[in-house]
Amino acid sequence: MTDIALNPAAASARPARRDIGLKRRYAAERRFKLYGIAAIAIGIFFLIALLFSVFSNGYTAFWQTEVNLAINLDPKIIDPDNKRATDPNVLLTANYPVLARNALAEKLGVAQTDKPGLRELGKLFSDGVRGQLRELVVANPNLIGTTQNVWVLTGADIDSAFKGQIDLSVDQSRRKVSDKQVEWMNKLKADGAMAQRFNTGLFTYGASSRPETSGLSVALIGSLYMMLIVLGLSLPIGVAASIYLEEYAKKNRLTDIIEVNINNLAAVPSIVFGLLGLAVFINFLHMPRSASLVGGLVLTLMTLPTIIIATRAALRAVPPSIRAAALGIGASKTQMVFHHVLPLAAPGILTGTIIGLAHALGETAPLLLIGMVAFVANNPVTPLDPSTALPVQIYMWANEAERAFVERTSGAIIVLLLFLAVMNITAILLRRRFERRW
Amino acid sequence: MNLMTERNLEKAVNDKMSAQPNAIKMQGKDVTVHYGDKQALFGVSLDVPEKMVTALIGPSGCGKSTFLRSLNRMNDTIEGCKIGGKITLDDEDIYNPKIDVVELRARVGMVFQKPNPFPKSIFENVAYGPRIHGLAKGRHELDEIVEKSLRRASLFDEVKDRLHEAGTGLSGGQQQRLCIARAIAVSPEVILMDEPCSALDPIATAKVEELIDELRENYTIVIVTHSMQQAARVSQRTAMFHLGNLVEVGDTEMMFTSPTEKRTQDYITGRFG
Repeated sequence: MTDIALNPAAASARPARRDIGLKRRYAAERRFKLYGIAAIAIGIFFLIALLFSVFSNGYTAFWQTEVNLAINLDPKIIDPDNKRATDPNVLLTANYPVLARNALAEKLGVAQTDKPGLRELGKLFSDGVRGQLRELVVANPNLIGTTQNVWVLTGADIDSAFKGQIDLSVDQSRRKVSDKQVEWMNKLKADGAMAQRFNTGLFTYGASSRPETSGLSVALIGSLYMMLIVLGLSLPIGVAASIYLEEYAKKNRLTDIIEVNINNLAAVPSIVFGLLGLAVFINFLHMPRSASLVGGLVLTLMTLPTIIIATRAALRAVPPSIRAAALGIGASKTQMVFHHVLPLAAPGILTGTIIGLAHALGETAPLLLIGMVAFVANNPVTPLDPSTALPVQIYMWANEAERAFVERTSGAIIVLLLFLAVMNITAILLRRRFERRW
Repeated sequence: MNLMTERNLEKAVNDKMSAQPNAIKMQGKDVTVHYGDKQALFGVSLDVPEKMVTALIGPSGCGKSTFLRSLNRMNDTIEGCKIGGKITLDDEDIYNPKIDVVELRARVGMVFQKPNPFPKSIFENVAYGPRIHGLAKGRHELDEIVEKSLRRASLFDEVKDRLHEAGTGLSGGQQQRLCIARAIAVSPEVILMDEPCSALDPIATAKVEELIDELRENYTIVIVTHSMQQAARVSQRTAMFHLGNLVEVGDTEMMFTSPTEKRTQDYITGRFG
């Protein structure tokens, strides 16, 4: 027995191994792994570059410089003719910015006679103070005559300077804040009267020409309405269509054509859906322009193919043995679908739906065509009111020139990315939670 | 009750001894099946006697599963499948348009090759059939049906403490017995079994075979099997299929000792197949 193994003659009797290039095979494998790692590295590099640029530009948008003023709500300025008991317009039209300017002048020791000084002082705080003080006084007219400590927004340029975004080394004639204003700013900062506070306005203000009082609220509400409409329409329609096509429809030429067209629709550029929405919903059905209802309908059309494709794939992934089991026990086709197939396909359907929704949330082009790129200052109440959407708001802010809008653009991108991340994580969690083995 | 089972037992023993053909439960006459352009069955005529186990044997692709699946119209679910000839259940044509296929499948239950419990609890697996057919009034009755079915499938003692755990968590043999319990739960008259043991190990196979032998008391059983030994062990009648034709049918004992057809003999002795 052992002779054979020990005998070199016997070993050489084996058929000679052909040269199959073992070294080359290993080299090819190593090379391929390297390509893969390189591809992933490039992807990660660009992702990090993107996130870094967005976050480094945008994180400052979540803080806004404000100045704390002891404002004397002087009745002589608010209501010089003492008519507020009879005429409610008095409180609405009063010259509130003067109150803030006087408070600031007192704090910084600028004389009321120094007109150029006062004018420069007036640029220190935002004109948004008019609305802020008006709300305060209208809500509680008893405050008139008292002195209130109020945090007031600074002007956008002061805010930028305070955040170090304006180069103060150049001559003051070539920058937007004067040396005098910088001096005041530093003084207030040293006193602790000027500070950066969390920018709630970013989420509560609508559109505004002043960066410091412009926010995302209209866009957030518009996007929310649209997502609700998309979810409410495309999920039931898409799932019903998929179930019919996958489980009931006979496989013939007609269903083949439908299948091809659904796949084609998923690949149609989104702006085409915008044109369709413009032609059908606005020009033909006379729905209101800029309304989130129309936006939601257009995005529904756009999301439907995605949901149908995902749902059909999920239905097809349910093993035939489950269907056979249900039918074999005497379940009808509809019972089979709703008792067994659909629950098993639900995680896949939900994942597809959430990814479709995320896609719709980030869509801009079709919304531009149906007029959602508009200056809307007041929050929409119903889906029929004019509104904008998050990505459209980003597009509009990106077109603005002021430095303060640059950080707001990136800030809005961060908000949008957070929403998308939350939706995608939800999709993953749902899939993990409901995924079943069989 | 006791008397009944005793009598059944006696009858079963008699069946095994003499293999007397019982009343005919299902009957196929000149059954042809086409899958699209391909013909799978060429005029098969076969009687299925009541309360007996009829085994369908034959090499792969011989049409035995096709025949089995036409007995409860599971072939309807396959696109492009056309069936000719006549199949009756208690002298009623099951392909008559007036026949409700859902009701037919409740009367003619099926157990599949691979255990396919629903991904639900053991209880839900068994309770599903009675629930959709409205066999139980209230929770209590349903509990009873489930317990009875599980007992008949000799599974109850193994799972009684975990009725609400997933049916997919059982072992392969237990899963197959769960599927049998699920089929029994809707009180079928005929149970079709399509190679029920091909995915099971020998011990689980023995248990299922034992179970089939017990079920014969109450149900008419048609079983497709690839194992000659299994056919010999569990069936009273055997039908041999080849290339879409019924070659021979007769008492199992006779088939395995003195088949009339040469093809049967060759297949049983392992010369082809």
